[in-house]
Amino acid sequence: MKYIKYILVGILFGITLSKSEVISWYRIYEMFKLQSFHMFGVIGSAVAIGVILMYLFKNEKLKTYTGKPIVVEPKKKGIPRNLFGGIIFGLGWALGGACPGPMYILLGKGAVAILVVLLGAHLGAFLYHAVKRHLPH
Amino acid sequence: MLQLFGMIDFLLQPWPWYVAGPIIAFCMFLMFFFGKKFGVSSNLETVCAMGGAGKFVDFFKFDWKKNIWNLMFVVGLVLGGFIADQWLTPDETVALNPATVQDLYDIGIHNAGSSYLPDEIYGLESMFTVKGFLILLAAGLLVGFGSRYAGGCTSGHGIVGLSSLSMESFIAVGGFFIGGLIMTWFILPYLF
Repeated sequence: MKYIKYILVGILFGITLSKSEVISWYRIYEMFKLQSFHMFGVIGSAVAIGVILMYLFKNEKLKTYTGKPIVVEPKKKGIPRNLFGGIIFGLGWALGGACPGPMYILLGKGAVAILVVLLGAHLGAFLYHAVKRHLPH
Repeated sequence: MLQLFGMIDFLLQPWPWYVAGPIIAFCMFLMFFFGKKFGVSSNLETVCAMGGAGKFVDFFKFDWKKNIWNLMFVVGLVLGGFIADQWLTPDETVALNPATVQDLYDIGIHNAGSSYLPDEIYGLESMFTVKGFLILLAAGLLVGFGSRYAGGCTSGHGIVGLSSLSMESFIAVGGFFIGGLIMTWFILPYLF
């Protein structure tokens, strides 16, 4: 029962990314061709509100439902990991037109071929941890 | 009553960016409010750990059960995709920039925007060709590998990281765009 709230947030997120066409391969292509404001508007407005939320978290104006302060874990430092990891991710994002969230949403939409992409994504995560000690971070 | 019909009509239309962005931020807020994090790609590791990847790579020996909440979020994503498809999307066309449609036609992707996904990549016929299968698999591999190398995807780095004004996330999202621009402008034109 305690997990239902996460399912509900997922449903809201899934419906929103579906209805705003963020899960469409074409919208990702259009974004990288710089031919539409749509995706920049989606991400930009989410981040603009996110900046305010982070400020309220930090000042403890907003807390968790149990009254604890909300602490956002900082990302790992290092230019190579973020830059190279980011570039590899971007290549895949533009090729398949889907980042991890939309992959699962497209699965729910009944796009069978996304199963191959999801298989690849899990293999990719596995491979990274198998070879990471050889990579610059 | 009229307002209700107006509301339903609005829900069935494609949602504009200024509706989607704030809801995304609200979802992020809810996950933090529940004392958790907002990030999808770490689930890839959780599923690997669940599937016994710890036998091969020590990293995956962590207790995946502590991440069930995030797997439940993913279950919600699948359900949300199903609900939107079944009941909220009477018209599947995507109103693309006509220039985009023309560009896609020129590189061999026809009927751009007639549905969410191009048949040339996501059609079952392409999936069962060697080339088509490899394109789908490669897309997944790059996303899975890259997101875990960078420690986040569009949600973790793109939304949470940028919102926290984290330098790491600005570098990662810069990387997302370098990779995406290279793929879109210099590789996709030669694939189809």
